[in-house]
Amino acid sequence: MAKRLVIDPITRIEGHLRIETEIENGKVVNAYSIGTTFRGIEVILKGRTALDAWLFAQRICGVCTTVHAMACVRSVEDATNTKIPLLAQLIRNLILMSHTFQDNIVHFYHLTSLDWVDITKAAKADPKKAAKLAANLYDWPTHSVDRFKEVKELLNKIIESGKLGIFVGYWGHPAYDALPPEIHLILVSHYLEAFDYQRFATQANAVIGGKNPHIQSLVPGGVSLAINKDNPSTFNMERAQMYYSFVRKTCDFIKNVFFRDAIILSKYYKDWFNKGKGIKALLATPDLPTNVDMTNFDLPGGYLPDSDDLSNVEVFKDWKDPNLRNNIKEDIYHAWYKGAWAKHPWEETTEPEYTGINYDGKYSWIKGPLFKDKPAQVGPVAQVLIGYATGHELIKKYTIEATNEVGIPVGKLNSTIGRNLARAIRVRVLSDLLEKHFNMLIEAMNQETEYCVPVKFSGEQKGVGFHEAPRGMLSHWTVIQGPDGILKNYQAVVPSTWNARPRTAQGEPGSYEAALMDNIFVIDPEKPVEILRTVHSFDPCMACAVHLYDEDRKKRIFVQAKTLSR
Amino acid sequence: MRLFNEKVDRRSFLRGCALAATMMGLPATMAPKIAKAVESEDRPPVVWLHFQECTGCSESILRATHPDILTLITKLISLDYHETLMVASGELAEKALEKTLEEHEGNIICIVEGSIPLKEGFCKIAGKEAKDILKEVGEKSKVIVNIGTCSAYGGIQKASPNPSNSVAVEEIIHDKPIVNVPGCPPNPDVFLATLLYIIMWKKLPPMDTKKRPLFAFGRRIHDHCERRPHFDEGRFVEWFGDLGHKQGYCLYKVGCKAPEAYSPCSIVGFNSIGVWPVKIGHGCIGCTEPDFWDTMSPFYQRLPGVKIPGKEGIIASVDKIGWYALTATGVALAAHAAAGIIKGAIKGTTNKDPHEENKK
Repeated sequence: MAKRLVIDPITRIEGHLRIETEIENGKVVNAYSIGTTFRGIEVILKGRTALDAWLFAQRICGVCTTVHAMACVRSVEDATNTKIPLLAQLIRNLILMSHTFQDNIVHFYHLTSLDWVDITKAAKADPKKAAKLAANLYDWPTHSVDRFKEVKELLNKIIESGKLGIFVGYWGHPAYDALPPEIHLILVSHYLEAFDYQRFATQANAVIGGKNPHIQSLVPGGVSLAINKDNPSTFNMERAQMYYSFVRKTCDFIKNVFFRDAIILSKYYKDWFNKGKGIKALLATPDLPTNVDMTNFDLPGGYLPDSDDLSNVEVFKDWKDPNLRNNIKEDIYHAWYKGAWAKHPWEETTEPEYTGINYDGKYSWIKGPLFKDKPAQVGPVAQVLIGYATGHELIKKYTIEATNEVGIPVGKLNSTIGRNLARAIRVRVLSDLLEKHFNMLIEAMNQETEYCVPVKFSGEQKGVGFHEAPRGMLSHWTVIQGPDGILKNYQAVVPSTWNARPRTAQGEPGSYEAALMDNIFVIDPEKPVEILRTVHSFDPCMACAVHLYDEDRKKRIFVQAKTLSR
Repeated sequence: MRLFNEKVDRRSFLRGCALAATMMGLPATMAPKIAKAVESEDRPPVVWLHFQECTGCSESILRATHPDILTLITKLISLDYHETLMVASGELAEKALEKTLEEHEGNIICIVEGSIPLKEGFCKIAGKEAKDILKEVGEKSKVIVNIGTCSAYGGIQKASPNPSNSVAVEEIIHDKPIVNVPGCPPNPDVFLATLLYIIMWKKLPPMDTKKRPLFAFGRRIHDHCERRPHFDEGRFVEWFGDLGHKQGYCLYKVGCKAPEAYSPCSIVGFNSIGVWPVKIGHGCIGCTEPDFWDTMSPFYQRLPGVKIPGKEGIIASVDKIGWYALTATGVALAAHAAAGIIKGAIKGTTNKDPHEENKK
């Protein structure tokens, strides 16, 4: 008896995804990824001025706020051959980092940790034992008996109140049994604390963004954040220190709690390194440029055709690299758009045409990104393994530290729990790089005064803006026409599009599909914790809903996988 | 207006307690204990729906400080359905929603994030069309509070050419009280203050014609802008990064829409640290106004039909009528800006920043 499972709502932006799987004897044997919402921001952008585009594009996603804004301004600057000042580069890097801190913390704690941690087990743990255990595992000041008592009492109060609100869950499921009760309690304590530390990162981000979510401090040509070290109403030493003091608190949390939690969970759930392998081809773009010519980057990019063979990596030295720019396409063979083709983004069209779900034909709103005519996996696994393969010092350091302690080979990061660990490694690297980039900014503020230059439109100009977002490689492609900079075409090729894509023309699965078909067993189809773990490991940017379809009973059972975003 | 009926049906209440225990994977013997606890609890039930949106509004709630998210969900409300935060998936999640709709029919506060597409297949959740979900939940709610410009007015999806034929909540729900807290996204503390106004005082706040609470949206941003003295004295930024920008001058000429936007941004700021776009150097884009993606753009062009002070202290004439019609506000602005110049002329000063003058 085959059972079917559907993850419902996504768009490439934020929205809703539907994944349908077939389960046989408890094992997922087939999976389809289906985007069910269309918002049409690419269509809305056509005919508008390229100067405005980033404000629209940022609204592609409020969880990945900042990232689409960044890719958009970079695309317009690439099209117009604009070199932005160093101060602007560095401010953008600090925006990228503070956003990533918040985004990764929210994903790890508030979106996926309760797939691995059971609050009812935490509610029965011994606070004294927990404090003792925590003292051995962490270096963190809140780990007192009193703190764990307080958390335990709060949990019991919530559970007994009958008003669980968001804490209705699959409590008692055997999949949670691998952890001792005290680890459950420690992790729930961190879940609660994480609310504060993600907020500190957004406050840092708002100091240089004007507000968050949806910053308002960019503009093609640099930043619109007014910088003048000798003026009281602009970004000066006081504002810089305000940024730093907020973000520093979050960095401490990442170093001493988040990174440790990811390692500790990985140790207890080690079998999950043998499940949920996504597509083996990995793709990442360089980011964190450190010079005006954009030839030096602090995050590496490249293409690794096989995650099991780290010796064979193609390095992208910068965003002009033709190997990167020329080999990206999107196909629509299985997506609800008019036509059937695979095209380079500059040549693409976006003409929606909903025709219902048909697996032999079209079944999704999600287009299918390709690199060298093959699907690829993007995200933390890609960046960490490519960084490791290319010898990036910090990535190597923390990858070795984490994988040694867990006791797995590096290549195993391409797995359900490995993606969570890779994300923690990447954010740990960024928390070190933050110090460097903040110091560079302070130095630059003393030397430089320029942070924005005009962009010049003329004739037809084509550009691409790359960005290594928290969920992976993002690129925005623009075709701009005339002296007023009118957009003739706009295409965003988004991380969740890479990973959630439907089948290729040849029937190859996307990453979500591939991972779900790799060794995932479901103990209880009505409580699909195992599937949620795997889907959540991609940090999908969509609110997902999964339906279970029992063909024998001809009855639909709704199973919705809720995630923070698209 | 009395918003909440405190009468509870005892039988369905106890049934709910038993269900709650089962749902947690706990023995049914927990039910009486739960019942006792619930009777001492009066956190109102809240159902939060997501449609065509970017989740930026939900994300903004994670940034709230007064109250913070944890206080909100453990002490002030019972957040029974919220796709982005709830642990439960699938059947369990749907049951939680059904249970709330059944037990608290007529007392639910429904929060909506995102616009609703009228084209079929453009937003389906669990196989249902967005508009059908909204109708079903809306019918059983006491009041609908829209968070963000998308649910309030259609938002970015409704921007021309509106490819999915998206509409605001108001165009689907006609017989329930609706409160709009627009913004892209709105200040979360202002949104929660609206919610608590309704919960604690059991009435709707006084609102403007666009259904925005007056306590938050009763003034133009421009009226409390910290750069206002520069506007009055005719000191303007011509483009980002120029001398005026580095002096913190007025952003009107680089497209600031604050003179036509109603919101407490210049009073409350964002992220509980008092920042807002104009403070850091970028103009307002008018995101609390209906259809701002079309009516307020291009974002870097100044509001049209407005006479503004020129560089030499003379009143520059309007070169052309801009990209949308001259408005009453525009006329008022022109007079107001001119007054600033005249004031300057009477005092015998120029429109230069006195601080700049001193440096020479």
